[in-house]
Amino acid sequence: MTKIGLEIHCQLTKLESKLFCSCKADYRSFEPNSNICPVCMGLPGSLPILNKKAVEKAAMLSIALGCKIPPKIGFFRKNYFYPDLPKNFQITQYNAYGPTSIGYDGMIMIEDKEIKIRRIQLEEDPGRLVYSGSSEKTQITLVDYNRAGTPLVEIVTEPDFENPKQVRIFLNILADLVENLGVADPYLEGAFRVDGNISIEKGNRVEIKNVGSFRDIEKALHFEITRQQSLAERGIPIPAETRHWDEARKITVSSRSKEEEQDYRYFPEEDIPRIIIEKSLLDNLKKTMPESIMSKKERYINKYGIPTQVAEILSSDKFYSDLFEQSHTEKNAKEIANLITTDLKGFADTKEQREQLKLTPKHLADLADAVLNNKITRASGKTALQEILKTGKPVSEIISSLDLGNVDDESSLVKAIDEVFIEEQKAVSEAKQNPDTINYLVGKVMRKTKGKANPSLTLDMIRKKLDSQ
Amino acid sequence: MTLAISISQYIQKLRDGEFSSEEFIAKTLERINKVEKNLHAFISINENAIEQAKQIDKKIKAKEKIGSCFGMPISIKDNICTKGMKTTCASKMLEDFVAPYDATVVSKLKSEDAIIIGKANLDEFAMGSTTEYSYFGPSRNPWNTDYVPGGSSGGSGVSVSALECIASLGSDTGGSVRSPASFCSVVGLKPTYGLISRYGLISFANSIEQIGPLARTVEDVAFILNIIAGRDSHDNTTIENRTPDYTKDIDIGVSGKKIGIISEMVGEGVDKDVQSATKHAISTFEKLGAECIPISLDSAQHSVAAYYTLASAEASSNLARFDNLRYGFDFSVEGYEYNSYISKVRSNLGPEVTRRMLLGTFVLSAGYYGKYYQKAQKVRSLIKSQLVESFKKVDLLLAPTMPILPFKIGEKIDDPLKIYLLDINTIIANLSGIPAISVPFAMADGLPIGIQLFANSLQEKQLLQSAHALQKTTKLPEVPI
Repeated sequence: MTKIGLEIHCQLTKLESKLFCSCKADYRSFEPNSNICPVCMGLPGSLPILNKKAVEKAAMLSIALGCKIPPKIGFFRKNYFYPDLPKNFQITQYNAYGPTSIGYDGMIMIEDKEIKIRRIQLEEDPGRLVYSGSSEKTQITLVDYNRAGTPLVEIVTEPDFENPKQVRIFLNILADLVENLGVADPYLEGAFRVDGNISIEKGNRVEIKNVGSFRDIEKALHFEITRQQSLAERGIPIPAETRHWDEARKITVSSRSKEEEQDYRYFPEEDIPRIIIEKSLLDNLKKTMPESIMSKKERYINKYGIPTQVAEILSSDKFYSDLFEQSHTEKNAKEIANLITTDLKGFADTKEQREQLKLTPKHLADLADAVLNNKITRASGKTALQEILKTGKPVSEIISSLDLGNVDDESSLVKAIDEVFIEEQKAVSEAKQNPDTINYLVGKVMRKTKGKANPSLTLDMIRKKLDSQ
Repeated sequence: MTLAISISQYIQKLRDGEFSSEEFIAKTLERINKVEKNLHAFISINENAIEQAKQIDKKIKAKEKIGSCFGMPISIKDNICTKGMKTTCASKMLEDFVAPYDATVVSKLKSEDAIIIGKANLDEFAMGSTTEYSYFGPSRNPWNTDYVPGGSSGGSGVSVSALECIASLGSDTGGSVRSPASFCSVVGLKPTYGLISRYGLISFANSIEQIGPLARTVEDVAFILNIIAGRDSHDNTTIENRTPDYTKDIDIGVSGKKIGIISEMVGEGVDKDVQSATKHAISTFEKLGAECIPISLDSAQHSVAAYYTLASAEASSNLARFDNLRYGFDFSVEGYEYNSYISKVRSNLGPEVTRRMLLGTFVLSAGYYGKYYQKAQKVRSLIKSQLVESFKKVDLLLAPTMPILPFKIGEKIDDPLKIYLLDINTIIANLSGIPAISVPFAMADGLPIGIQLFANSLQEKQLLQSAHALQKTTKLPEVPI
């Protein structure tokens, strides 16, 4: 049986400052080596000062992933030499001598499968190495320490996955979850990094590292399964090793580094005294932390009667569900959910689209109310939404300037209906036999009025006309 | 004008117009010029000291607000960062290192208008007990320049003793403030762990060490402690200082106090002269109205082994950053790959540092952690709990600071274990975090003997009061240099 476990490094991008100093956690906009200080550069004499907010965010995530939180947490030093590591040790958490990491023994469900979380640990990100070309062939390696000390959580799962598809589903859920919690933006470059451990029946465990995007992990795992199976079929033993994902060639490559043999000499980081996690803090976090995706979804279904599929899309995307929360009333909730998941989706999916979005919650509310009050049709609603996205003008202005208002006036509808009855004689006689086909005629009237005919009024008038003939 | 004055005398004389800060600093620099070639207390001298003194005099003249140090010269051990001045740790690795910031203790002293007169010599990265392991050469004992001044804060002890400054800051990891205090006949305090910020102290064994003041009188030590104690937002291990003034009621005496004499530290292995000085100290305390009783601290016999395990483990990690890539000495990377470069530059670390880093790396490696590091932590807890028990019975503990008299430079350098064992009486304070002080008490063959007192955590006030009472009974000769 194939067994897959994951290690996910997720930066806490929603924090102001780094894990142990006051430099910015958002290092991406800085010139190289300008978001640094004596502490994150590990200058002689500097000491780490723990960012309490990071502990809270990590605790929140631990709660959301069903983890236990120990009464006291502590930090350890992981000692190794690497140019991106200013102190030549990383401050992290370690549970080999009893659970002292922020979370352990958690679980989340994906479909009907239970994925256990072994631990969640808070740690500092190292700096970043910049190569000219590939890391193997580079003539020069540059180091940028802007990232050094960025707070991140490492989430380690048990090897509970049986196939790469489950991994993909899990990662999508996890990415949505961290975003929904407001601890991280998983779509920022380098903010959400996944390593995988994979073994097939009777094979050794192989670690896959360096997977740039979390979408590539599925590909890397597929590749590994095929590679390991073909070795097994030929009776060749699968060595326990670390392999790197080669993004260009879409294959994994054995990394000849001595990583497996490395002894990290973990021992307690005494510059940071143990932190007592008060029950009151956890209670407060539970009370104030954002509603979980699951609970949101259920509320959407039960309270507003939103269809399951729509509720699922809406709840799993923080941006869309925030929009929904800010715009809906009990009455228009269903209509707004529809507008977001069928009409808006596709136009506000990426970060860039979202940043430039001209649509406000008020737009959505006005638009939904206009449809519900039969001021415009759903079809016109779609047109209006496009115009809002383009111009950001108020809904009322768009309805009048594009002349989207419903034709409620019977006399103008009479003309259109008369014309349709003349043009569609065959359909008319069919409708007389079978009332189910009336909608065809309504559609024709709609087309003639460019989608503005009040649908219920049109239907009434067509029925009457059919009866009178 | 004499340089042999206390802090309160300095302040009084300066206020009385007997001298200006500039004059005192000039005279101090003159003294340094005269004695340094024999003593080598300093690695570097503050070239702007006169200029800084002039500024302070100007402030005094203009009746501007003036800090409590009034421009007095203070030396700083060269493992404590000073902005704009080199901080070398007496190592080739930091030969040219200038920290971009002041240690918290340094900025506190500066804001009280102290003048940092120079950076004091030490054993490389504070690892040693004699100051012989300095990359820049040993310091010499002012009482006899053939002898070691103790260490690792040897330069601090020498500079205070030889009147090259009024007070000094050292750091005490296993006795490094108290050892030179004892060997150089000055007062040295190792405060409670966490009372003084370590921000800017270049870590050797971060869970064990504290910055501590050295001065010629207990009162002066209390004065400096007032300035540097307290919580610091740059150091998570600091604790609140609940004693607003350590000099207040310092002469309250020891009448009615119970003092425990640590049996294991006064018997076998202790030099005869040191033994008799200790006995004399005990009878002095009794005469002053204290009650002295023997106390056994059998866990202390494991303290040296536990200390060298833990301190070396922490050192192996703390010193890993000295790879010469971001700062260090001039040495091109051309022709080296990453690992070979690091190993090449690290071969410039001295023998004692190398020894401890190897030891520390070993005790932390897979399979040995439980056998050494964890076992040493157990000893540490045991010492702590035995001390807690002792302090239920007595107010203070007493032992000689050093088991032997100062010895000749080079005499023990070939036997590291013998040097490690010099710390046998001091280490318990570091492993347990309690405060301890060394008071100059006697002389034998022209060499100083210090008496050590320990108190429970954060009982510095009581410790200083008792030390002051003891010091007041002494009449020691003037430094012969």
